[in-house]
Amino acid sequence: MNWDVIFSVSLESLIGLSTIVYALAAIGLNVHFGYTGLLNFGQSAFLGVAAYGMAITVTTFGQPFWLGILVGLGGVVVLALLLGIPTLRLRADYLAIVTIAAAEIVRLLFRSVTLSEWTGGSDGLQQFSQSFYDMNPYSSPIETTLISFSTRELWVLTVGWVLVAIALLIVWLLMRSPWGRVIKAIREDEDAVRSLGKNVFSYKIQALILGGVLGSLGGFVFALGLAAIQPDTYGTEFTFYMYTIVILGGAARVFGPVVGSMIFWFLLTFINALLPSLISVGAIPSSIMTTNQAGAVGYILVGIGLMLLLIFRPQGIFGDKKEVMLDAR
Amino acid sequence: MRRAVVMLTAFLASLFIAFGFGATSAWAEGEALQGTLINNGQPVAGVQITVSSQDGAQVGQVQSGPDGKWTVPVPAAGTYRVELDVTTLPEGLTLTNNRPVLTLPVFEGSARTALFPIGSEAGAGAPVDPGPNRLGQILDLVYTGLHLGLMIALAALGLSLIFGTMGLTNFAHGELVTFGALMAFIFNVFVGLPVIVAGVIAVALGAGFGWFQDRFFWGWLRKRRTGLIGMMIISIGLALTMRYISLYWFRGETRQYSDYVAQPGIDIGPIAIAPKNLIMDLIAIVVLVAVSVALVKTRLGKATRAVSTNPALAAASGINVDAIIRLVWTIGGGLAALAGVMLGVFQGINYQMGFQILLLVFAAVTLGGLGTAFGALLGSLVIGLATQLSTLWIPTELKNVGALAVLIIVILVRPQGILGRRERIG
Amino acid sequence: MPADQQTDAPAKARAVAALADVPREPGAKKPDPILVVDKVVRRFGGLTAVNVGHVEIQRGAITALIGPNGAGKTTFFNLLTGFDKPDEGNWAFNGQPLQGVAAHKVARRGMVRTFQLTKSLNRLSVIDNMRLGATGQRGENFWRALIPGLWKKQEQDVTERADELLARFKLDAKREDFAGSLSGGQRKLLEMARALMVNPEMVMLDEPMAGVNPALTQSLLGHVKGLRELGMTVLFVEHDMDMVRDISDWVIVMGQGEVIAEGTPDEVMADQRVIDAYLGAHHDGAADPDADPAADTAGPAAPAAPAAGEPAGPTAGATAPKPAKEDGQ
Ligand SMILES: Nc1ncnc2c1ncn2[C@@H]1O[C@H](COP(=O)(O)OP(=O)(O)O)[C@@H](O)[C@H]1O
Ligand SMILES: [Mg+2]
Repeated sequence: MNWDVIFSVSLESLIGLSTIVYALAAIGLNVHFGYTGLLNFGQSAFLGVAAYGMAITVTTFGQPFWLGILVGLGGVVVLALLLGIPTLRLRADYLAIVTIAAAEIVRLLFRSVTLSEWTGGSDGLQQFSQSFYDMNPYSSPIETTLISFSTRELWVLTVGWVLVAIALLIVWLLMRSPWGRVIKAIREDEDAVRSLGKNVFSYKIQALILGGVLGSLGGFVFALGLAAIQPDTYGTEFTFYMYTIVILGGAARVFGPVVGSMIFWFLLTFINALLPSLISVGAIPSSIMTTNQAGAVGYILVGIGLMLLLIFRPQGIFGDKKEVMLDAR
Repeated sequence: MRRAVVMLTAFLASLFIAFGFGATSAWAEGEALQGTLINNGQPVAGVQITVSSQDGAQVGQVQSGPDGKWTVPVPAAGTYRVELDVTTLPEGLTLTNNRPVLTLPVFEGSARTALFPIGSEAGAGAPVDPGPNRLGQILDLVYTGLHLGLMIALAALGLSLIFGTMGLTNFAHGELVTFGALMAFIFNVFVGLPVIVAGVIAVALGAGFGWFQDRFFWGWLRKRRTGLIGMMIISIGLALTMRYISLYWFRGETRQYSDYVAQPGIDIGPIAIAPKNLIMDLIAIVVLVAVSVALVKTRLGKATRAVSTNPALAAASGINVDAIIRLVWTIGGGLAALAGVMLGVFQGINYQMGFQILLLVFAAVTLGGLGTAFGALLGSLVIGLATQLSTLWIPTELKNVGALAVLIIVILVRPQGILGRRERIG
Repeated sequence: MPADQQTDAPAKARAVAALADVPREPGAKKPDPILVVDKVVRRFGGLTAVNVGHVEIQRGAITALIGPNGAGKTTFFNLLTGFDKPDEGNWAFNGQPLQGVAAHKVARRGMVRTFQLTKSLNRLSVIDNMRLGATGQRGENFWRALIPGLWKKQEQDVTERADELLARFKLDAKREDFAGSLSGGQRKLLEMARALMVNPEMVMLDEPMAGVNPALTQSLLGHVKGLRELGMTVLFVEHDMDMVRDISDWVIVMGQGEVIAEGTPDEVMADQRVIDAYLGAHHDGAADPDADPAADTAGPAAPAAPAAGEPAGPTAGATAPKPAKEDGQ
């Protein structure tokens, strides 16, 4: 049983790729769900469209990397408009169902054989990240006893955390402005806001685009960090993880998504590292759990954790209980 | 120590990849070859894949996992030969492009994906040719659409009643469907009862499970005054938990009941229908009609509709809302289990089957108008038909896209759904 | 007429004088109408909730809209303010047609409404509720919101105005509390104060006094009268006939969706048709299972026939219809 290995992967995960990707995705989702009250269950589609927009531009059409980023962002804005225009006039639960349906449509399209000429079908795309890694300024990896990152990893981490910082700054600035006030008021009661002369629909679209674009940064980082994209990454569970993270950190808190993501991935990585080694040293008999089954345990625990959080600490770890009690919904 | 870290990370990475999108937490540190074997939306497990380097030395050999995924780490960037052993494909399946050997370059730092398109031996890939038998084809699709619609309707009715009475958009409803299918599987395959008996037991257990859920979970949450959005997200957590408990026990494969797997169709007019499907349709129709009549005629049914229309008013007029909700959960659980058993007979049993149909059920319920029981029935048939008939124009693999697109279009035109009512403001 | 000819209420005197010669009949023409409604019809399935032939609202006056529960008053408000769409009909505010105009634009044109079921923005502080009401805020634009320098000054002005209003409505002690922590009556006050932040020409209050304790009611009445002195037009729904008599210059009576009578408070309360309508409500209320219980459950128990008020003075002890009311919280 190699405890230092288990701790070292867990520690690395605190600032690792997954944490960054989910933090960015959750910052976007927090704008939707936490601040505006939009039940977007299709956040994974925003990340997917961004990643695919970039990868298709670069890999399939051989265009430059930065154009790929622009195409990805453009795709996200278009998706937000496509999703928002029909649904944002509807009741919250309709939005939930339509967004989850739309995300599934997007995933099915990505993986379809019909479009595989461009999307690579269920196997996805690779070879789009060269320009990104060419920009890597690091020449030596970090190697300590506890953590170690290669130069590629360092580059991805640097870019990722800079993006997280920018995203947080934007959200922080906006949410203390009159714009943010309108957004939060819409979460509470959009008819009241309408009666005060605000164009609620326009604000909701703006929020949807903002959250989508912030989340899509996670999509880019994800694709570049793995140097590959696969359609099934962008399934509904992806979004459900993001919700867990948003709620863990506390909805409508600027730093909530980042804190939530760090805790989430630290715990999940720890469990996912611990169980297989417990099995391999025989601490858990393989009649009870095989290494294959150990993967399912992570999901089960996330599910249970999500339920427990909402039942006993709906305000998240650092949230204010009083505030949640006022939630009439 | 260093080496151990690398190896463990690589091991974890492959493990995560083996579990669906768990790949999200893997670094692209090690070069590897990977892929996913899928037939018609279902993962294909246990297929052997061998990777060898260009000089012929074998690098690794794996079998595709329960979710159809496989990964072989390779020592360095370079060109590799990937071979899929076609003899290990499940019976009836084949490589649609007939290319079991691929030679692929792997680039530094990235996992390379190898594509093996799998299809059934017969009409590999190409849609049924729309020639002389166009009418037969359409009728066939209409029938399949109605058949699917009936199964959706069984699940949708419960979902709609639950939404109507307690306002919950239950994301864990699909898991009730899976539950029914799995229970029937246990009693059929492990205990050895005939499918029909196992099905009846499964429906009873499903109803019991519905009752149990409300008695010990949702009812308790209602008492705690948990908000509706909170409950909706709790249902997501519950769905995740139940789905992966199913994976844990049932593994990733798609399995079949011991009976009625392949049944030759009997000719009815221009189309051939397997008798099992007709019998299931009959059962579904009888059950749906019975529940609908009960909703309209019986006291309890009327009370249920009263609660659906207006819980506060119903409570004020002396209806025990909690008891009605529990009844609705019980019925909904039974109906969903029945849908699960039928779906299992129709397309096999899989831990994801409930979730896969849940989106269609949501679409049906939304289409009909959230919370209106009869709207849900209508919506189900529309979605069933849309799913199947859309394959006339779009590839079969995208049929769910067709159905979901219909949902979005209807919502655009009629935001409250087909039978829904606009909400009151002020 | 009962005009208390106080010199400190010139607007009241003006309104009374202007309405003196208006014929006492449904659809009567007013000398200076701010709002003119023509043939507005709204059906819900088989039920015709609103069917108003012609109605004019006098500028600068306080007009009461009364009628039994389910008469269609709230629906009429919803239609006029763009929250619901009529099946047919048109109406003009300040001479400009309003049909088909979105709710937020109606508010911006100077016609602001409150809701029968109070819509306080629970998880916003009281002062933020107020600030939200101000129109034309620069910081409500997405891009400008990012640069605090652009809106800080205006925000100060808005806050100053909000504080004045809060003081006037005796809510200044609650300034920093969440609106959700206020009592039902305080929320009604807050909603009214917030509507005034829009600087409307006309305010439409849907049962502003429901659920407000008697002491507060008196000051609320004072506020409404004050609005008239500030040059605003007030249209309000109220069931308490003493209050209607106390503050309104003109009364419009609705029954089963139609305007059945118009006149000064005392005349209207003596009108046989009005008495019948209130008695009729008895049956309507009981027979209509679809009626929203949260809004209108008063039905069976409530109304007594309005006794013919003596046109002698405002203190005449008329037994006005006083349906049990609740604010639906
Ligand atoms: N959204 C709606 N759907 C169906 N019926 C409605 C709706 N809104 C109002 N009604 C009906 O219209 C009638 C008028 O209601 P309302 O305008 O609330 O009356 P009031 O405010 O005068 O008490 C009532 O019979 C009510 O049930
Ligand atoms: Mg009303």
